[in-house]
Parts: sequence; C-alpha cells; structure tokens
Amino acid sequence: MATGLLRRGMSRVPGQAAKLLRSRAHATGAQSSEVNSEVAKTLKTFSIYRWNPDNPSKPELQNYQINLKDCGPMVLDALIKIKNEMDPTLTFRRSCREGICGSCAMNIDGCNGLACLTKIPSGESSTVTPLPHMFVIKDLVVDMTNFYNQYKSIEPWLKRKTPPPTPGKEIPQSKKDRAKLDGMYECILCACCSTSCPSYWWNPESYLGPAALLHANRWISDSRDEYTKERLDAVCDEFKLYRCHTILNCARACPKGLNPGKQIATIKQRHIADAI
Amino acid sequence: MGASSGPRFSGMQKQVLGLYRGFLRAARSKSPEDRRRIESFVSAEFRRNSKLVDRKNFLYIEYLLRRGKKQLEQLNSPATLGLSSLNLSFSENQKP
Repeated sequence: MATGLLRRGMSRVPGQAAKLLRSRAHATGAQSSEVNSEVAKTLKTFSIYRWNPDNPSKPELQNYQINLKDCGPMVLDALIKIKNEMDPTLTFRRSCREGICGSCAMNIDGCNGLACLTKIPSGESSTVTPLPHMFVIKDLVVDMTNFYNQYKSIEPWLKRKTPPPTPGKEIPQSKKDRAKLDGMYECILCACCSTSCPSYWWNPESYLGPAALLHANRWISDSRDEYTKERLDAVCDEFKLYRCHTILNCARACPKGLNPGKQIATIKQRHIADAI
Repeated sequence: MGASSGPRFSGMQKQVLGLYRGFLRAARSKSPEDRRRIESFVSAEFRRNSKLVDRKNFLYIEYLLRRGKKQLEQLNSPATLGLSSLNLSFSENQKP
C-alpha cells in the first residue's frame, strides 16, 4: 500500500500538465482503478538461487519482490537493484552491463543468457539460477576453471612456421579470408552455449563443448595460421569433437546470435575431407 | 588381504585423504622452513574442518574439495614460495 502511494506521488511530478488534462477527461473513480491496476502490474517476484559456502546448508530459492517501474529493463538491472536495496549478500558476476564481457551469464526462467542482454520477462515471477551443471562457488557464481582450461587446450593464438612476409610487420589477410572469421570472432566466452548442451553436461571433462570448438574452428579457419593440420588432428577425437550430436541448444542459447553447432559441423566436414 | 588392510574408506574420504597427501607432497618441494609452516597450516585446516563439517554434508565437502584442489594447484607451481597468502585466506575464513 505504501509503495502504491509513493508510486502515485512520483508519477505525478514529471508530467503535471498531461496528468491534469487526463484527470479532467476521465472520472476520478476510473483513474484510481487505472492506477491500482498499474501498481499490480509492476510488482514482480524474482526467485533467485542462493547458496553460501560460509554457512553451508541446502541451496534454496529466495524470493525478492521488486517494482519494475523504478527498475531498468534488463534482468541485470533487477539483480543490481536487489543487491543495492534489498539484500547486499546476493552474489553474482557482472561487469560491462552491455553484453561484451560475458560475466553475467546465468539461467533465467530455464534459458541460459546474459542477464544484461535479457529483458525482464513479462509475468508475475521469474526464476534466476546459476548456469546449469556447473559447480557453484556462491549464489549465481559458478566455477569456470574447466571451461577456461578447455579453451586454453585449443591453443587460441596465432601459430606460424614461417616469419611474416615483411619482418616486424603484420601478416596481411585478404578481405575474403577475413570474412571467413565472421560468426566466430564475436564469441565472448560467456559459457551460455556449453552449459546448455546436454552432451557437455554428461561429458564436461572429455568433450570440449561448443564454445571451445567454435574457437578451435576460428583458428583452423584463419588464413594466417600455419598449424591448421595439427589443430585438426588435436581436436578431431571421438570425445573432444564427436560428442557433438548437433542438438543445437548452443545456437539457441548464444546471446551474441552465433551458431557454434554450425562451426562444429565445419570442423567435422574438414576432418572428413582431409581423410578422403 | 582382508585382515591386513586398514579401515575401509568411502570414495569421498579417499578424495579428502588424497588431497591431504597432495598438500604434503607439494610442501616437500618448498624450503624446510616453509614446508614446516605449510604442513602445520594444512593439517590444522583439515582437522578444523573434520570437526566443523557434518560428515553427511556432501555438497559442502565437495565444495571444499574443489577449493582445496585449486589451492593445491597454486601451491604446486614453482613460482609459489610459501603459504603466506593461503594463511591469509584461512584466517579470513575462520572469522565468521
């Protein structure tokens, strides 16, 4: 009730003239019911996964009710609001708030995504949990060690056998060769794709996962890289690569709109073409 | 065979003991003074948790195992000389 009054008071302040005109046009009763329905619409409950290692008990979902009218449009805005105003112990990773760092990957209403790029879903309540099948460090923070080690294992850097054409200068690349890297270089390693992949859930140690394989293909496809064959040999393995069964949850989850499944298929094609 | 073998351990108990062994092995590669300090810290921490943590609280024990493994990895790198930083994190954890 108190929040309802506050809302009314606040919404009156900016558009005084418009409000006056409208109140003249409508009956007062109609206006108050309109405000009431507005208040009912703006309250939303977030059920957020909580687990604290310092106070070990079973993990639980904690409910927070927030007023969407004084909150930004994205899930991350809601989380920051909860942390600032309601519960400072809520823990989550965030940095750039514009989908370029990949820190705030989490599971929102059952779909993996970046909190900063996901609009607050319409509806009475939403559930926010950490990335599925990852070890939780605290609340929404997961242990990414294995994920990063897999990325490291594909040697994500330029490897050359010959010195650059002009010593001390860049290695030139044609526009056409550069275009081959589109759809791969944009990946920010948020782990949304890998953690949405059932195959990765069952073999997180042996299967590299969509993100690492996409980056493997990024370096295999690079015209400047001279270790293409070695890279292919290293990655084309019963488990590392061929645990991909083209489920394509990765393409659906990717917040940057990439298609890791397609890149994995490209590696498989190259592998088969090389074998023949 | 059955009579000579010691107490039977569960998989998780073996993991904990293995981690403890790993720490003692890692301590061997450090200087004698650091080694003594590391061993006393590690054994104190394991003893403390063995009393503090409920043996049925698998979730938390698994968490501690993962954390311990990570700390052991750090300790194993030759660049790590001693355990002063670990010491700090332990004393911080003890506060609450």
